[in-house]
Amino acid sequence: MQLQYFLIVAAALFCIGIYGLINSRNAVRVLMSVELMLNAVNLNFMAFSDFLDPLDVKGQVFTVFVIAIAAAEAAIGLAIVLAIYRNRDTVDMEQFNLLKW
Amino acid sequence: MNLAEGVQIVSFGLLAAMMLGAALGVVLLSNVVYSAFLLAGAFISAAGLYLLLNADFVAMAQVLVYVGAVNVLIIFAIMLVNKREDFTPIPQAWIRKTATAVVCAGLFALLSTMVLATPWAISTEATVPSGSIVVIGKHFFTDFLLPFELASVLLLMALIGAIVLARREFLPDLEEADLQQTMLTLPERPRELTPAGSNPGSQSK
Repeated sequence: MQLQYFLIVAAALFCIGIYGLINSRNAVRVLMSVELMLNAVNLNFMAFSDFLDPLDVKGQVFTVFVIAIAAAEAAIGLAIVLAIYRNRDTVDMEQFNLLKW
Repeated sequence: MNLAEGVQIVSFGLLAAMMLGAALGVVLLSNVVYSAFLLAGAFISAAGLYLLLNADFVAMAQVLVYVGAVNVLIIFAIMLVNKREDFTPIPQAWIRKTATAVVCAGLFALLSTMVLATPWAISTEATVPSGSIVVIGKHFFTDFLLPFELASVLLLMALIGAIVLARREFLPDLEEADLQQTMLTLPERPRELTPAGSNPGSQSK
């Protein structure tokens, strides 16, 4: 069992998250892609914490913080999606151009 | 974790394949409800990977917070935004898809070469015998005390902010009964009209 396996899996998950973040047209799916990217970062933290710092597990502490921030981010993001949906009557990301140029 | 090496390799391969497959399903499937349930699969597989990395507390926190809270929140949001709309096709959509795929593949190749080329300083010490939760608790109340309290304040702010953002605005020009009806119904799904004999002010069910 090696550190590199976990890091490569986390990199693949992060790239999948970026692809979904850019190409999704449903706003809820964009939030799901953000959660996937946060999970990739968490997996990196946990791998480093177990392989490089097994006695003083600071990576796990950081992961707990990231999980807390991700929960807050999901709540706020879904509230924003609901507010936009109520105003514009769509969840299409291509039509959310209020702040575009 | 005192498993044999082969068992660890096999379970790592299974969990990684499940997680990446579920993540691809989240991104690529057209039905967003399937995406939400596959997202739960990806989170649970990540929790299994954390168990392989000797982190029992964080694995349980992952299942509780991500599967139990975030994923349920996402499914509720899909239920509230239940409009079946076909997105209008944009011209030259394949350019963006191809460019993003190329950029993501390049980023993955870059990260992989970086991971494989770096000489990591692997520690050979054994893990903490009593599980990691005692060490994590000591960190929380000694050297990470200020971020811990700040996280609680931030969660409170997110709670209030989500309520303020998602609340329905007060509509002053509507009458009281009409207002109650608009507050109890979602605007995107009109209810069938009440039959003629019933009391129009009562909202049954």
